[in-house]
Amino acid sequence: MTTAVHRTEPHPAAPGAASSSVPRAGRRRGPFGTRWAAVAFTAPAWLYVLGFYLYPLAGNIRMGFQKYTVSSFYTGVAPYVGWDNYRAVFRDSHFGRTVLNTALFTAGSLVFQFCLGLALAVFFSRRFPLGGPIRSLLLVPWLLPLVVSGTAWRWILDTDSGVLNHTLLRLHLIAHPVPWLASTHDSLIAVTLVNIWVGIPFNMVILYGGLQNIPGELYEAAALDGAGAWRRFRSVTLPLLRPVTTVVLTLGLIYTVKVFDVIMILTQGGPAGSSQTLTTFAYNLSFQQLEFGRGAAVGNLLILVAVVFAVVYVRGTRREMQR
Amino acid sequence: MSRTPARITRSPGRTPAPDRITGRTAGPHRRLSALAAAAAVALLTAACGTGSGSGGGSGTLTETDYYDAAPQNSQLPRILDECGSQVGVKIEHQQVPRAQFLPKLLQQASARSLPDLALIDNPDLQQVAATGGLVSLSKQGLGTDGLYPSIVAAGQYQGQTYGIAPGVNGLALYYNTDLFRAAGLKPPTTWDELRSDARTLTKGTRYGIAFSAVGNEEGSFQFEPFFWTAGASLTRLDSPQAVQALTLWKDLVSSGSASKSVVNWTQADVNDQFAAGNAAMMVNGPWQLPTLDAKQGLHFGIVPIPVPAAGGTPVTPLGGEVWTVGHSNPGREAKAVAVVKCLLGQRESAQWASDAGYIPSDRTAAAQLATDKPQMAAFVREVGTARARTAELGTAYPKVSQALADAVQAALAGGTSPQAALAQAQRSAHDQ
Repeated sequence: MTTAVHRTEPHPAAPGAASSSVPRAGRRRGPFGTRWAAVAFTAPAWLYVLGFYLYPLAGNIRMGFQKYTVSSFYTGVAPYVGWDNYRAVFRDSHFGRTVLNTALFTAGSLVFQFCLGLALAVFFSRRFPLGGPIRSLLLVPWLLPLVVSGTAWRWILDTDSGVLNHTLLRLHLIAHPVPWLASTHDSLIAVTLVNIWVGIPFNMVILYGGLQNIPGELYEAAALDGAGAWRRFRSVTLPLLRPVTTVVLTLGLIYTVKVFDVIMILTQGGPAGSSQTLTTFAYNLSFQQLEFGRGAAVGNLLILVAVVFAVVYVRGTRREMQR
Repeated sequence: MSRTPARITRSPGRTPAPDRITGRTAGPHRRLSALAAAAAVALLTAACGTGSGSGGGSGTLTETDYYDAAPQNSQLPRILDECGSQVGVKIEHQQVPRAQFLPKLLQQASARSLPDLALIDNPDLQQVAATGGLVSLSKQGLGTDGLYPSIVAAGQYQGQTYGIAPGVNGLALYYNTDLFRAAGLKPPTTWDELRSDARTLTKGTRYGIAFSAVGNEEGSFQFEPFFWTAGASLTRLDSPQAVQALTLWKDLVSSGSASKSVVNWTQADVNDQFAAGNAAMMVNGPWQLPTLDAKQGLHFGIVPIPVPAAGGTPVTPLGGEVWTVGHSNPGREAKAVAVVKCLLGQRESAQWASDAGYIPSDRTAAAQLATDKPQMAAFVREVGTARARTAELGTAYPKVSQALADAVQAALAGGTSPQAALAQAQRSAHDQ
């Protein structure tokens, strides 16, 4: 109210000390007060981020450098051991296999989720009877709790009584039941398949949204120029979908690297670590072997990977915005 | 939302409006309330940080366990209520899933709010005792006379008793009597008989034998009867005896006498397979008895785990949970100890044994049970020679157990030979 008063009562006739000091005082008090108000308004968000993100993150980073044993929980005493935990993790005989698994799982999931999601998005962008309801049904994997769908998949993929093996045997596509979850050769493929199924709706929905934003005139013009369906897809759809593609793939990558529940429900990372990724490895180190420092170290590596790709994502979207 | 102010600011002539909307004229009241809100959030966060521990008055004790299946999950609260009313306290019962049980206890230890009473799996006892959050029961005057020495040892850490078991269990071989009679077979006592019986009884969708080889402590627990009976030791995972035991399991799976899915089956899954008639034999514990007894049309017998050569004695891992008391204040601790004393009493532990499928830790009571309930005889016989899992290695056990479970899985589900798998386990368990 003070500022309003000052501003509505200017004194052009008195340019002396009084007139100049009054607005200045007002101006000085204004930004000062506003700044405090701004601080007060952003404080809850900051406190939230501080308490629920930064503090645990700092704790995890610190734990990665500590010898954190079960007694550390009670006494709070955990000696610092430098990079020992990281060294032990890198030297762990499971580490190489786990990193390779994580890479294969992520790459396999992303490629198929994206291709199938895009195919479905293109398919549903045409209008046809029951298109809406069918598209909604495809969202089911996304809506179901993973514990539910994971358990169902465990039954489907069961070696002896699973419906998948039963069907394949009936169709004479396989001669013997495939031990999907019970073999070191097939378990990674099985968890990747289920994760692809889980990820298709996310890809489809975002890409479908991207397709809606491509103006129909472009297709008409391309068709008039004699471009066939494939040519229109390659020269119109794909280039115009690029910004959305970047978002889908980067977010998909961050989500896939940290997938835990699917693997935990299906195989627990087994048999013999054959479907172990960095997330289940970290869980195993911390909560099965009670090597909390090493578990934290693996967790930090995961965070690092996610942060690197998050930065790529943010820079990518910023560049798109500037365009 | 953002549209309205924009439109108003653009319209000239209404000077007071933009000011009101941009908040510049808001005055000290709003600013103050914003600051107050921020302060309230800060206070709330601080309050949450310190709120822990005491949970209820001293007339109420907290209790945690991991029984999520009948009949144990309904029997235990009943016995707790009984002992609570005897001591004159109310007991708040809480159940945490098995997988989260130890992490939860450790987290509670870090907040110095361990439950007054916790029923902890015996191989985990030393880990929890190592935190320093448990009350020494020997100092509180609770004795362990007459109990099986192995379960007494499992409850000790650095010379003090921190946990005492109301009942113990172990593993034995369940067999389907109908299938054995039809095939004209007697239950196996040696590994060779086990191999041939399992092969004979495998037919169609039915397997000769089922066991659990999941990649965690549960899988190790199931493998240890064969591992120890062969004469192997956890300090050397790749001994010839260990290779012999793993070769038996691998043969059972690769010959088709056991399902390849054993690497995914928990003991509960194994029990389901046996109950459904999909397996003629299974390795399992007495806690499954209440469920199996209730199953219509299922006839089964129980014999000790077969041994490598006739005349040997099976050495099985000792199963069972121990009661512990968490540190709080002397008054509460005394009450909790009194409740534990009641829970370990003859009447309560006998009731727990019969309702939940356990063997009383007290040797005389166990011998009595073996004569009263012949089903339990094989288990009671084995408990006499059973070994506590932490006996050899103490708090180093979880790591070795994980390495052993991995080796079993590598041999059963991958192409790895038992020798190579166990050599790998020995390296990863002891080299770091």
